[in-house]
Amino acid sequence: MELGSEVNMSTAERASKRDFALTIEGLTVSFDGFKAVDNLNLYIDRNEIRVVIGPNGAGKTTVLDLICGKTRATSGSIRFKDKELTKLSEHQIVRQGVGRKFQNPSIYENLTVFENLEVSYPKGRTVFGALAFRRTPEAVARIHDIAAEIMLEEFLETEAGLLSHGQKQWLEIGMLLIQDPELLMLDEPVAGMSARERELTGELLRRICKNRSVIVIEHDMEFVKNIAHRVTVLHQGKILKEGSMETVQSDPKVIEVYLGH
Amino acid sequence: MNKALTQWLGGRDGAISLAILAALIFVVMPLAFDIFRLNLIGKYLTYAFVAIGLVLCWGYGGILSLGQGIFFGLGGYCMAMFLKLEASDPVSTKIQSTPGIPDFMDWNQITELPWFWQPFHSLPLTLILVIVVPGLFAYFIGAAMFKRRVSGVYFSIITQAIASILTILIIGQQGYTGGVNGITDLRTLLGWDIRTDSAKYVLYYLNGALLISCILVGRAIITSKLGKLLLAMRDREDRVRFSGYDVSSFKIFVFCVGAMMSAIGGAMFTLQVGFMSPSFVGIVPSIEMVIFTAVGGRMSLIGAVYGALLVNFGKTYFSESFPTLWLVFMGALFIGVVMGFPNGLAGLYSSHIKPRLARRAGRKVPQQPAAEGAAAGHSNPSA
Repeated sequence: MELGSEVNMSTAERASKRDFALTIEGLTVSFDGFKAVDNLNLYIDRNEIRVVIGPNGAGKTTVLDLICGKTRATSGSIRFKDKELTKLSEHQIVRQGVGRKFQNPSIYENLTVFENLEVSYPKGRTVFGALAFRRTPEAVARIHDIAAEIMLEEFLETEAGLLSHGQKQWLEIGMLLIQDPELLMLDEPVAGMSARERELTGELLRRICKNRSVIVIEHDMEFVKNIAHRVTVLHQGKILKEGSMETVQSDPKVIEVYLGH
Repeated sequence: MNKALTQWLGGRDGAISLAILAALIFVVMPLAFDIFRLNLIGKYLTYAFVAIGLVLCWGYGGILSLGQGIFFGLGGYCMAMFLKLEASDPVSTKIQSTPGIPDFMDWNQITELPWFWQPFHSLPLTLILVIVVPGLFAYFIGAAMFKRRVSGVYFSIITQAIASILTILIIGQQGYTGGVNGITDLRTLLGWDIRTDSAKYVLYYLNGALLISCILVGRAIITSKLGKLLLAMRDREDRVRFSGYDVSSFKIFVFCVGAMMSAIGGAMFTLQVGFMSPSFVGIVPSIEMVIFTAVGGRMSLIGAVYGALLVNFGKTYFSESFPTLWLVFMGALFIGVVMGFPNGLAGLYSSHIKPRLARRAGRKVPQQPAAEGAAAGHSNPSA
């Protein structure tokens, strides 16, 4: 408890000084009395890559669910660019500039890579807008740019279901990138990837974090060390420790609940 | 412009399969059959409207409605109400205790035309209502369901319940709706006798033209970004939602389009068959309509038309010979198709016949297919 309040104080201090991209304060969600996220305060800087780690059931994915509106908060606030996200519906949150990648690659297997990106292209988002949408040269150019970024330019006409696991993960990241979100949330982006793919993904993340903030949930410590600006350790819905990778790694509490095993 | 046109027609294959269907409807059928049979085919083709709507809703949108009879019926009833009012002019109903109202109202001691019958004095208004009433009803059902994220079997069961409720309502309110007999004894449309052979020809061609138009509308939807979104939603609804789309509005849209197409079919049914009754509204006809789509291929607009034709031919033939076995056979057909050929005849065509044709002739498109069975698959699943 003492530790928790100390973290709260330091983060509150930081909050008063700076203008954050994402400000989460007092966020709580309870499922039938079980508090999956408990009075959480989290501040994400602009252009920051924040990695959230923690044991299973710590509430990492739930935090992302709360930010993107998949789960509704019991109490607390999530402010993004001076907009309160807890009151918006999912698609409105996305339109504010929040993109979220799911844990399992979530792509449209029956569409080609090109079509996957086209469907995610942020024009024609209403019913009649989608009916009237035409493949403009700008859209095609943008799709090619993104495909190059995610190393799938040669696969544009391939059906997405035929891609390898790692490529599917990249495609989903690309589907978010094409919307140019200011906050990108990635849930275990390198799970199930080969060493080489992890390396490439790390490079990809470093490239794309310019002009946007990124929140990553990840278990792979090597990968975390590679990309994280700051690390937040969650445990039982609360922040256990927050700081650089070194401080987090050397913290005895963190070692006990998470890293030690 | 040319490119846009061919894309809209579904590419070369799509244009050819559409041309074959049009030739079949407009040339082959009228030459091959007498007016009695042709009128029967016209009736089958009105079900094809529903089947096309189901391709959009079910095949693309993943929304299995087991209540398309609701919209077929509403469209049909709207048309029937107009025709009935015209048939109930004060002169021809002068023996009634209240002349000038439909006969079944008079039998049910109703002495004044109810308010909701009033708009059907006007043909333009009727034609609008044929589309608008089912469209609005679908909108309300869709908004109530999809905004609350009701989907899958729950949605199917609810549509089935609504179909059942509507049937009960129509039968129960005999004085206002004609009850279980429906609205019968329809004769003229603005003084034009719809029971003559020449009128039946005109209506058959009108029906065919409307059907082709609906296919083109369907293709325009499928080939647009909205069509791809529907496919995307069917597989990964959450991904679409978290890409900034209001998923429910797309589902409502496609459900309304399906309903309005069904309604056009219903109105054409009334005109060609000369009556409308609750037996085309309820659960059984609604499920039959799903079977037409499944047999034809739920991803193929044109396949759905052949599905409607074939199953109905089968129904007419078998129910004459084995009246009691027909329903069992129909059920077996549905299960068989869904288990064995999930893409129906259109899927069979594109996986078996089309490659063979392509291998045999790199030169010319196949001639008018001789056998019904060969024609049945002429479409590509993405068309």
